[in-house]
Amino acid sequence: MEVSSRVLAGDVRVIARLMTDLENKMPAAIKELDNLYPHTGKAHIVGITGAPGVGKSTLVNAIITAMRQKGLTIGVLAVDPTSPFTGGAVLGDRVRMQGHSTDQGVFIRSLATRGGTGGLSRAALGMIHVLDAMGKDIIIVETVGIGQAEIEITKISDTSILVLVPGMGDTVQLMKAGIMEAADIFVINKANQDGAENLKMELEAMTGAKNNPPIVLTEAILNQGTEELTEDILNHKQVLASSGELEKRRRQRARHELITAVESSISNLIETRMEKDLERLTDDLIQGKTSPNVAAGELLALSLTQIK
Amino acid sequence: MNQKKSVRVLIAKPGLDGHDRGAKVIALGLRDEGIEVIYTGLRQTPEKIVQAAEQEDVDAIGLSCLSGGHKYLFPRVVELLREKDMGNVLVIGGGIIPDEDIPYLKERGVSEIMGPGTFVKDIADYIRKNVKRT
Repeated sequence: MEVSSRVLAGDVRVIARLMTDLENKMPAAIKELDNLYPHTGKAHIVGITGAPGVGKSTLVNAIITAMRQKGLTIGVLAVDPTSPFTGGAVLGDRVRMQGHSTDQGVFIRSLATRGGTGGLSRAALGMIHVLDAMGKDIIIVETVGIGQAEIEITKISDTSILVLVPGMGDTVQLMKAGIMEAADIFVINKANQDGAENLKMELEAMTGAKNNPPIVLTEAILNQGTEELTEDILNHKQVLASSGELEKRRRQRARHELITAVESSISNLIETRMEKDLERLTDDLIQGKTSPNVAAGELLALSLTQIK
Repeated sequence: MNQKKSVRVLIAKPGLDGHDRGAKVIALGLRDEGIEVIYTGLRQTPEKIVQAAEQEDVDAIGLSCLSGGHKYLFPRVVELLREKDMGNVLVIGGGIIPDEDIPYLKERGVSEIMGPGTFVKDIADYIRKNVKRT
C-alpha cells in the first residue's frame, strides 16, 4: 500500500520505479495496479499515431505547451520500436519535448515496444493507469505506427488522432482500412508543403462530412494550428461525454483490458510453469501427431488445473 | 522476444555543444548492444538531464561534452542526482576530456570517462557490469 499512496501523492521517483517494474512484469508491481485501479478513470486519454517522421513528437510538444497554459497537467507515454535483432532501442521522442523537462506538471516517459504489437508495448496500459492515478488531467500516448495495422491505440484512448503529411500517397492509399476508420481527429502537419489543401479535400471526400471528424492543418515547428488542435482535443471529450459515447468507449477499453489480461496470464503461466507440456506438445505438433488448435485446447485445459 | 530486464541509459549533451554526431553514434551503438537509449538532445542543463533521468528511471547517464565545460557540468549532474537520492545511477562521460581532468571527475562521482576510440561494446559491457539497482 505504501507504493500506492506515494503514487497518489505524485511522488515522481516512486512512480518512475513502478513503471520500470511494470515493464519488467514484476508481480509486486502488477499487484500495485490493483490498488491503483479504483483511482483511475478521470484522465482524458489521447492517442497520437502516424508514420515515422510526420512530426508527432513535435506536435505533442506544442500541445503540452498549449494545455499547460490552460492549467492542465499532462502525462506522456512516448513509444518507439524495439529492434527485433538486438532487443535495444533508441527512444527519441522525448528529445522534442525537453523544454518541458523541469515542469512538475508534465511527466514524460519513453518506452520501447519490447515485442508488443499494435504500436504499443504491453506495459503501456498499466502505465496509463499509473499516470491517471497520479492525477494527470490529460494523458498523451504517442505510438509507433503507420496507422494501418497498428490500431491498438484506438482501443485504449478516448480521442485518437492520426497525423498525416502531404505527399504520402494518393486517394487509394487513404482508402485502406485501419486507423483511417477510427481517427477522431486528423492532423495534416507540415501544412506549408504543397498538397496540404488537396489532402484535406481528399480526406473530407472520404469521411463524407465537412469537419467531422475535424481536420486540422498544422506546422508544428512554427507552432501554427496547434492551438486549434488543442481546442479540438478538449472539445472532443465534451462531445463524447454528452453523447454517451465516452461510456461506450470506456466499456470497450475495460473489456479489451480484461481479455488482454487473461491472454497474458495464460501465456505467462504456460511459458513459466508448463515447460514440459509445452515441449511435449511442440514435439507432437512437429511429428504431425496433433494440430495447433487441438494442442492449444489441451494446453488450455491443463493450464486451468494449474491456476490456484 | 527476450523478456529479461532491459538496461535503460540516458545519453545527454549538457552545456552549449553544437555537435552531437558522437553522442548519436554511441546511442545507436548501445541500441545494437541491446540497450534502451533515451536521447535528450543538445543544449541540456544538468537540471533537465536529472529530471529526465528521474522520470525515465534510467540505470545510467552518459554525458558528452566537447566544449570544455565538463569540470562543472559533469559533477553538477552527479550532485543533483545525489540530492534526489538517485546516487545509484551510474554516470559516465565522453567527448573531449583531457586525461589530466579524469581524476578530478572521478573524485566527484563520475564512474568512468570513455572518450573517442573506445569500442561501443566496451561501453555497453561496462554499463551492464556496473549498473546498480537498489
